[in-house]
Amino acid sequence: MKYQIIFTLNNEKVQHEVEANKTLLKMLREDFDLTGAKEGCGQGECGACTILVNGKPVNSCLMLAVEADGKEIVTIEGLSDGEKLDELQKTFITNGALQCGYCTPGMIMTAKGLLKENPTPTVDEVKVAMSGNLCRCTGYKRIIEAIMEVVENNKN
Amino acid sequence: MVKYVGKSITRVDGTKKVTGDLKYVDDIKMPGMLYAAVKRSIYPHAKIIKIDTSKADALTGVKAVTTGKDFPKRVGLYLADKTFMAVDKVRYCGEAVAAVAAVTEEIAREAVKLIEVEYEELPVVENVLDAMKEDSPLVHPDLGDYKHIPIFHTMPGTNISEHFKLRKGDVDKAFEDSDLVFESDFYVPHIQHCPIENHVAIAQIDREGIITVWASCQSPYAVRAALTDAFEVPAHKLRVISPSVGGGFGAKAGTTLEGIIIPLAMKTKGKPVKLTYSREDEFNNSYVRQAMHSKFKTGVMKDGRIIAVKNQFAWDGGAYTEYGVNIAKSAGFGAVGPYDVANIHCDSYAVYTNNPVGGPYRGFGMSEIHFGIEQNMDYIAEKLGIDPIELRRINAQKPGGRTATNAVVDDACGLLECMDKVIKDIDYYTPSEQPKEPYKVRAKGFACGMKAPSMPNNAASSALIRINEDGTAYLSVSAQDIGQGSDTALIQIAAEILSIPPEKFTINTGDTAHNPYEWQTVASRITYSVGNAIIKACEDIKQQLVQLASIKLGIFPRDLKLEDECIMSTIYPDKKIPIKELALGLNMPDGSGVHGPIMGRGIFVPENIRNFDMNTGLADNPVVFWTYGCYGVELEVDMETGNIRILQVASCFDVGKAINPDLVKAQSEGAIVQGIGSALFEEIIMKNGKFMNPSFMDYKIPTSNDMPEMKVSFVENPQKDGPFGARGMAEPAMIPAAPAIVSAFYNATGVKINELPLTPERVIKALKGKNN
Repeated sequence: MKYQIIFTLNNEKVQHEVEANKTLLKMLREDFDLTGAKEGCGQGECGACTILVNGKPVNSCLMLAVEADGKEIVTIEGLSDGEKLDELQKTFITNGALQCGYCTPGMIMTAKGLLKENPTPTVDEVKVAMSGNLCRCTGYKRIIEAIMEVVENNKN
Repeated sequence: MVKYVGKSITRVDGTKKVTGDLKYVDDIKMPGMLYAAVKRSIYPHAKIIKIDTSKADALTGVKAVTTGKDFPKRVGLYLADKTFMAVDKVRYCGEAVAAVAAVTEEIAREAVKLIEVEYEELPVVENVLDAMKEDSPLVHPDLGDYKHIPIFHTMPGTNISEHFKLRKGDVDKAFEDSDLVFESDFYVPHIQHCPIENHVAIAQIDREGIITVWASCQSPYAVRAALTDAFEVPAHKLRVISPSVGGGFGAKAGTTLEGIIIPLAMKTKGKPVKLTYSREDEFNNSYVRQAMHSKFKTGVMKDGRIIAVKNQFAWDGGAYTEYGVNIAKSAGFGAVGPYDVANIHCDSYAVYTNNPVGGPYRGFGMSEIHFGIEQNMDYIAEKLGIDPIELRRINAQKPGGRTATNAVVDDACGLLECMDKVIKDIDYYTPSEQPKEPYKVRAKGFACGMKAPSMPNNAASSALIRINEDGTAYLSVSAQDIGQGSDTALIQIAAEILSIPPEKFTINTGDTAHNPYEWQTVASRITYSVGNAIIKACEDIKQQLVQLASIKLGIFPRDLKLEDECIMSTIYPDKKIPIKELALGLNMPDGSGVHGPIMGRGIFVPENIRNFDMNTGLADNPVVFWTYGCYGVELEVDMETGNIRILQVASCFDVGKAINPDLVKAQSEGAIVQGIGSALFEEIIMKNGKFMNPSFMDYKIPTSNDMPEMKVSFVENPQKDGPFGARGMAEPAMIPAAPAIVSAFYNATGVKINELPLTPERVIKALKGKNN
């Protein structure tokens, strides 16, 4: 059975028919070719599939696509404006806050959600907020530093 | 003067990774793509009596079904002991017994449920020490028939697939001469690599019979070799593409699920077949780090000199040890850690059990053996009343000394320098400031480590460089950037020699049809080995450029140099010609052309790396280099809950030369946190041959909240045959983590723990044991 849903996807209104049992992650990846969000565990434990739903970071592997109806969805692809990167994307690059890159889109979206809610968190608050996003490569140091650089800019 | 090497230039792969633009294998969608699912064994050890796939075959949407019988040939990197799907019996719980390709994942999974397998259960070999006993059931009764590389010593009729023997000096006499003799046992459990990207592969076979495999793999050429061997197809008809790898750590060094989907793709008339592992599959069915029991007997003199070591390493290789045998051998090479011991008797065994398949994991055995070696040093120091750092200094391998295999220690062994740096960075001799809470205690600990690349003596690399008509360049290699940053560092090496800025390079990797041979992206050998091939390719280009410029400028080649993207006279700097004007060769005044496009070829194989003596294990030059280093750790133990918090870690390694210091430090940081995971949290729990915790909920890996303060550094004693002096460091950088943490734990609590990980349960139990 398919459901008709209408939602905003990366600032564009879209209408879509989707199966009742399809996850939001699968819909984004398979139906919209937005493959930036990754499936690392499919159980909401690794955060690689994080996107923003109404501005809040969500594990898209745990949300059904039909629940996107009426919501505003932003994926990593919607964060940059063409070649113009978001501040977080820039600081992730300049701080070397990535290695294999598989967790990176999810990391950036979680950080984006955090900074939308609180533009000037402390380091400890950032560490806690990011603790649902697993990274096996970096040891997290540079990820936290990249986020804190944006936080510092927000203070000025 | 160097311009690009030694500089922390920004990673070249940043933009595509922060935007989601980079396509990993699971992101690839193809027309007509089919999805595979795998029927897996529910028993750890059982005979397959019958497989009935008829109901699966009949299900609408199913396009192919295959079982192990379709391709029964045994293959393996070092020991040909495995088939990609079980043939007559299953040897671990989760082993593939049949596979299906269908139009959707749901149908494929449904079809798998319809496959009926009849088993006859066999006695389960759960424990490595039991597996070594004479009366143990055999996991591989046919071991004697398996082909293997001659340096391995299999023991047919037992579960031992490799017995590496090291016999140096006269240990019996040395024990008699010793003032004191210590004995101790240690155990490290199975753990898993946990790359955030699970294994995934796609296979497609066209009408000409060309097989293309897209795989998230570290070593496209090794995958090609395994697959051409298993399926008996020529190498030029099997193309392996690995567009990007979402973390490897050794898990993606071998060939696993690729061998399951090719037989399916042979039946789907050109339609590609994709198999994506779930996280549960990744835990259970890719590779695991082998569990290992170690036993040490150490003879020391009162002045602290260690004169004899007799030890045994028993590796739980799991169901197949095609890769594991080499880990056992490597452990023997490093038998006593970074210490110079004259008399050694080491037995290292790779042992079959009915546990998940063991394979390469960052450190390749060295983390596991150092867990015991380094704790042993602390115990000995305590018993002798010698400072543990001093004991290490006394026994450290020093230039001109001897390694375990009796090779001469290279001049570039910077262990003592690294120790000085870490002791200063962690302020080792200043006791920790104790927290206010009386139930919490803080302390510091220290450990050393070392590692050599473990690889065939002739593991080779190659590089091709093409200069474009505008003076930009393509660098083609088959080193895989699995996150470590090799794309960036390798470009820096080429940029340095050709004087072409890094941003004018594009690096091509991950395609056996287009990029030249590379043995494997493993063993922390890429910067060293591929870097050397690139230097040769650059020299090749330089020679061609100089030859052409000599004609054009009318200057002897000996008076020409390459600088600032130009060939110029060493005498008259204004006499020069830009590289781009030579890129397609020369145009002569009469309109004729000379030479044609500039293309550089570089090949590298380490020189004079020779086999060890099969009877004694001794060897004067068995490895390309040893990388030395150490950790200092400060932690806090909550005596009520058993929780441990790592407060700070300092690490230092002798990297020879940091091609990109920031990338080197990033490797060290990642290694520290991965090491903390192995010390505090990570453990595969096996019960009756079943993997009980294959999820991130039940198998915790470190999060941002577990990250300590990190002070990472390196020293640079150049590797004589390394590119600009570089040697590998990304694996060595993890090795001392667990022993340094356990050392700090002991210093905090006075309690010894000889098993990993230090979970709250284990800590509380140990603390209670002390109080009783």
